[in-house]
Amino acid sequence: MNRKGRNFRALGVTSVALASLAMMATSSGASSSTIAKGKPVTIGISLSLSGDFSGDGSAFKQGYELWRDTVNKTGGLLGHKVKLDIVSDASSPTQVVTNYQKLISLDHVNLTVGPFSSLLSLPAARAVARYGYAMVEGAGGAPSVFQAGLTNLFDVSMPVKDALVPFATWIASLPANKRPKSVAYVTTNDAFTEPQIPVAKKIISAAGVKTAYYSVFPAETTDYTPIADAVAAVKAQVVVLGSVDVPTVSAFMQAFEQAHYSPEAFIATGGPDQGTAFSSVVGIKNADGMMVPNAWYGSATTPGSAAMVAAYIKKYGGTAATVSADVAEAYSVGQVIDQAVTATKGFDNAKIIKYLHSGVTLSSVQGPVKFDKLGENNQATAFTFQWQGKNFVEVNPTSNKAAKPILFPKPVWGK
Amino acid sequence: MNSSALIHALLDGVLTGSVYALMATGLTLIFGVMNIINIAQGILVILGAYLSYTLSVHFGIDLFAGLVITIPTLFVVGIVVERFFMTKLKGPERTSMSILVTYAIALIIEGALNMIYSINDVQLKAWYVNQSFRVFGLWIPYIYMFGFFLAVALLGALYVMLYRTRFGASIRASLADQTAAALIGINVKRVSTICFGLGVAVTAAGGMVYGATNAFNASTSYDLISRLLTIIVLGGMGSLGGALLAAILMVTLGDVIAVVWSPIWSTPTYFFVLVIVLSLRPQGLVGKLSVREA
Repeated sequence: MNRKGRNFRALGVTSVALASLAMMATSSGASSSTIAKGKPVTIGISLSLSGDFSGDGSAFKQGYELWRDTVNKTGGLLGHKVKLDIVSDASSPTQVVTNYQKLISLDHVNLTVGPFSSLLSLPAARAVARYGYAMVEGAGGAPSVFQAGLTNLFDVSMPVKDALVPFATWIASLPANKRPKSVAYVTTNDAFTEPQIPVAKKIISAAGVKTAYYSVFPAETTDYTPIADAVAAVKAQVVVLGSVDVPTVSAFMQAFEQAHYSPEAFIATGGPDQGTAFSSVVGIKNADGMMVPNAWYGSATTPGSAAMVAAYIKKYGGTAATVSADVAEAYSVGQVIDQAVTATKGFDNAKIIKYLHSGVTLSSVQGPVKFDKLGENNQATAFTFQWQGKNFVEVNPTSNKAAKPILFPKPVWGK
Repeated sequence: MNSSALIHALLDGVLTGSVYALMATGLTLIFGVMNIINIAQGILVILGAYLSYTLSVHFGIDLFAGLVITIPTLFVVGIVVERFFMTKLKGPERTSMSILVTYAIALIIEGALNMIYSINDVQLKAWYVNQSFRVFGLWIPYIYMFGFFLAVALLGALYVMLYRTRFGASIRASLADQTAAALIGINVKRVSTICFGLGVAVTAAGGMVYGATNAFNASTSYDLISRLLTIIVLGGMGSLGGALLAAILMVTLGDVIAVVWSPIWSTPTYFFVLVIVLSLRPQGLVGKLSVREA
C-alpha cells in the first residue's frame, strides 16, 4: 500500500474510533433510569484512598459503606440492593475526573456521589454534569464550588464560610475583662480553609480584638516551624488555624509546645474532628481543649445519628467520640440519595436534580437538608466542638441545651 | 520581623536541612555509583519511620537506640532490592528504566504499609520529641538538635568510609568511571550492591527523625521524594557534598523567606534559585558534568 493509501486508511480508522467514542459518551454515558428486577443499583464513587486526603477519604468510605449496609437491610433502594463502585483518586483533581468518566462510561453506574474535599468535588461535579448525572456530595462546601454555577451539584453539609461563626461570635460575646486581646490567624491556601478566616476575623475584630498575626501558607509546606515560631513570638491569646488535616495541626501544636507557647484558645478548621486519628497523633493530653468547627459529632441527637454511631461501633469499634464527622457527611449523602430516589420513584438523574432543587426539606444524620439554587444546604447549623479529656463534645452555640461549658483557657500542653 | 526570628529561622533551616541531607545522601550515592534514580527513596524513608514506630510502640525501644536495628534492616532491604530488581537493568536505557522500576517498588511498599499500619497518620513519640531547651533566648527543640548530631555523625562516618578506607576508594573510583574501575580490578557489581544497601540504610535514620517531627502515613512519601529529587538536582547528582549543601540551602531559604517575606513565597523562591543555578551550572552546585553525562 502506498503512503497516500496508508494515510487514508489511518484517517478512516481514526474517524471510526472517534465516532465510536462520541457514541459511547452520549449513549452509554446516559444515566440508566430503569433497572431490571433483581439487579442492584450501582453508585459510583471516587475516593481519596491515598495521598493528602487519605485519612478523610477512608472515613468517607466507612460512611458510604455503613449507609449501604443500612439501606440494604431494609431492602435497598426501590427494592434494588445498593452496590458501591469505589475507585481511588489518590487525592488528585485530575484523577477524580478520569474516575467519574470511567464510572459512567465504562462501569455504567446508575448514580454518582461525591469525593472528599472541595478541591475534588468541583471537577467531579463538572465531569458528571456532562453526562447529566447529579452529584450529591458531603465535603465540597467551599464558596468556589458553588460559584461555579453547576445545577447538578448538591452539598449536604454546612457551607464552609459559616463554619467559624459560632466560635467568633463566642469570642466577641465574652465580657471585656475575659475577652482575649489578640488573635493570630494562619491558614493554608486551600479552598476549604481560606474562606473561613476572613468571616471569623471580621466578627472578632469588630469586638475590638487585635489581629496580632495573619499569614497564609502554601498547601505543600512541610516545615511549619518558622510559621509556628512567628505565631508564638507574638504571643496571641487565641490561634485560628486554617488546616485540612491532622499532620498540619499536629505540626503547629508540636512547634508551639517546643516554643513554650500555649494559647488560651486554639481552633483548627480541620484535623481535631478526626476522632482517634487526631488524638492518637497529638496525645490525649495535648488534645485537651483543642476546638474544631463542624456540623455533626458522635453524640448528636439528630434523627438516625445514634443508630449510625451504633452501627459504626459494631463494625469498626471505638466510641461515639471517636467517630469522624466525615463518616456522617458521607452517610448523609446516602440518606439524601435515598429520599430523592424514593420521591422520584426511579433512578432518573434529571428527575433527581429537579427534585433536589424543588425546595423540599430532607433529613440526614447531620440535621435537615434544604438546597438553595446553588446547591448549598441552607439549613445546616454550624457547631464548635472541643476535646475535653477523652471526650469530643459540642460546646457552641452556647445557647444549645446540649452544649457543654467551653474549656477556657485551654490547659497548657501536656497538663 | 525581628532579628531573633531571623536567627531562629536560620537555625531551624540548618538543623532540619541536615536531616534532609541524610535522606538525600542515599539517593545521590545510589545515582552516583549506579546511574539509578531511586524513586523509592521517599517510601523507604517512611518505611524507616514505621520500623522505628513499631520498635517504639510494641517493644518500648527508644527511637535512637532502635537505629541499631533499623539501619541494618534497611541495609538488607536495599541489598535485596538491588539483587532482585536493579541487576536486571542493563543497557543505555538503564537510568530511565530505573525510574519506572523503583516507582513500582515504591507502590508495592506503599500498599504493604497501608495494609499493615492503615492510612491513619502516626507520629513517633519520646520525651525529647516535644521538649526544648533555651539558648540565648531561643527555644531549641531537642529532637532537632539530636537529629542534627545524628546527621553529622552518619554523614561524617560516610565521609570517613569514602575517603579513608580502601572500600571508599573503590566507591570513588566507580563514581568516576565504572569501566576504568573494573579494569583496575575493582568488583564494581559488589560495590554497587553495597552502595545501594548503604543508600537505603541511611533512610532509617532520616525516617526516624522525620517521623518524630512530622505526622506521617505511607502517602507522605510523595512529598518527600519530590523534595529529595530537587535537593540532589540542585546539589549535583552524584555529589555527596552537593546533597548536604543543597538540603541546608533549600530548608534554610524556605524558612527565612517565610519569616522575612511570606510563607507563600518560600517554595517559589527555592525553585527560582534552582532554575538560576541550573541555568548557570547545569551540573548543579557541586556536581560534575561527567557524572551527569554518564
